[in-house]
Amino acid sequence: MRETTGFKTFRIVTLAALAVFVLLPLYVMITSALKPLGDVQGKFTWWPTNFTIQPFIDIWSTIPLASYFVNSVIVSTSASVISVIIAIFASYAVSRYKFRGRNAFTTTILSTQMFPGVLFLLPLYLIFINISQTLGIQLIGSYLGLIITYLTFTLPFAIWMLTGYFDNIPRELDEAAKVDGASAIGTLIRVILPVARPGIVAVLVYSFITAWGEVLFASVLTTQSSRTLAVGLGEYSTQVNVYWNQIMAASVVVSIPVVIGFLLLQRNFVAGLSAGAVK
Amino acid sequence: MVLTTEKPEVAPVGVASAPGAVKLPKKKRPKGWWLPFALIAPAIVFELLIHVIPMIVGIWMSFIKLTQFYIANWSAAPFVGFGNYQIALNFNGAQGQALLSSFLVTCGFTILVVGLAWGFGMAAAVALQKAFRGRAIFRTMFLIPYAVPMYAGIITWKFMFQQNTGVINQILGALHLIDPNNPPFWLIGNNAFVAMVVVAIWKLWPFAFLMLMAGLQTINEDLYEAASLDGAKPFRQWRNITLPGLGAVNNVLLLVLFLWTFNDFNTPFILFGGGEPPAGDLISFHIYNTSFITLNFGFGAAMSVLLLLFLMLVSAIYLVFINRRSRRA
Repeated sequence: MRETTGFKTFRIVTLAALAVFVLLPLYVMITSALKPLGDVQGKFTWWPTNFTIQPFIDIWSTIPLASYFVNSVIVSTSASVISVIIAIFASYAVSRYKFRGRNAFTTTILSTQMFPGVLFLLPLYLIFINISQTLGIQLIGSYLGLIITYLTFTLPFAIWMLTGYFDNIPRELDEAAKVDGASAIGTLIRVILPVARPGIVAVLVYSFITAWGEVLFASVLTTQSSRTLAVGLGEYSTQVNVYWNQIMAASVVVSIPVVIGFLLLQRNFVAGLSAGAVK
Repeated sequence: MVLTTEKPEVAPVGVASAPGAVKLPKKKRPKGWWLPFALIAPAIVFELLIHVIPMIVGIWMSFIKLTQFYIANWSAAPFVGFGNYQIALNFNGAQGQALLSSFLVTCGFTILVVGLAWGFGMAAAVALQKAFRGRAIFRTMFLIPYAVPMYAGIITWKFMFQQNTGVINQILGALHLIDPNNPPFWLIGNNAFVAMVVVAIWKLWPFAFLMLMAGLQTINEDLYEAASLDGAKPFRQWRNITLPGLGAVNNVLLLVLFLWTFNDFNTPFILFGGGEPPAGDLISFHIYNTSFITLNFGFGAAMSVLLLLFLMLVSAIYLVFINRRSRRA
């Protein structure tokens, strides 16, 4: 197809401007992490002339980064795995069966997307306090309490996306499996799941990224020993004397696993998202 | 004898002969009717646990005077009816005024962020629509802000917006847009609003880009071919082919962007920490602070319910509007 010069100019300007916008913070993050403290306390310099990797070592003792890391991994992994497992069954039912209450169910799932997190936070906080008062089960500061609250946002999205994904899998596959004598659950496990793998991976990645970055619930429902990265780093960055080079190093460290994972699975993710949401 | 033994079996028929229930014995539930219910049962249990029950509790909380004295013993908190709502909606009172100003800040923030994030996403998706060398690099690069954990991105921006050590004032000074000897504050005062908008767009626009890019793949390329043969310029092609072709995507996308942005908590929370400037007081952040600093949960719950009602109203109007438009088209 012929491209006009006008379109080419538009393309160059757009891509250049957005690239600067996207890359500037990433550049600042990485280069500042490689500077000694003195260099981030003065005027900003574009190049780390006194190159050092010390911030990457010091940050582990300045704040309990390792403990935050472990907490975040446990909570985010559990929340995304649990929501995907529940969502697989629910989405299969919604996509393949007509049953009473199906519309009510999908409407509820969709509408919970719009509910502000703070609307659930206050009641959950009070319910947790009163459960520990009456039953002696401590949910605030526990992994379980945080995982339950994380399901408030990972589960509806997982069901929504997977339903869209299952809808796009041809019904003929189900029929063929049924002819071969497979049960409904057998069909789901042996036929649907392998085909839907990109979608399932996409949902897992999405849920993990959201849980990994969640701040609202974690800021209230964690204690010093169960702090997640999001709250731990956020808290540290509000102090008066911030070691900006160390916090930038920590930001690099927490970003690397998610960014690499995301880029590796990018193809799956885009395919899953477009199947789930673009309909 | 025969009659009596048969009687129990006949009995249901007798009952069923009442009008309206004639077909009951014949209409047996099909084999496996319970399967879909069994499949969604775990989801329903969790939905009840994490959404329905907290929501009911939240609505109930909004009608009681749930201050710090009653937090651990909520059944003793006095019932105040619509008292909490009256305080929230009395715009002459201090609390109502603060809520109104937070609401207005949030509206301005949402309009700017959704508009610009959508615009950026659309521009990038269109620019990358046709294959050219380097397309894959840009596509991957633009998705990075989406993958970077939100707080890591926001903390980095916070560093960039520092008055004396930040890169933003450095760049603006080099461009002679500010006085380098007297650089402005970005995280306190009215500038905080600008900082918040920039950060929110940075982390939101890649999602718009991702959705629009996926939507563009569903548009038939022949349409562009035909249009350019007819001499349509790229902008007209965009308006007459791309935009209508993305209709369904845009309907969902704009609603989701609106809801996420209006409920944004992370950006002000991490950017400003405890000392939030009034210009950065987004509504979720406002409710959170009011609840956990004053420890007045009943009032916080009432404001959350009002927020939800507002979001439902806007979403409903939007959906009606969308449906009417798509029916007309």
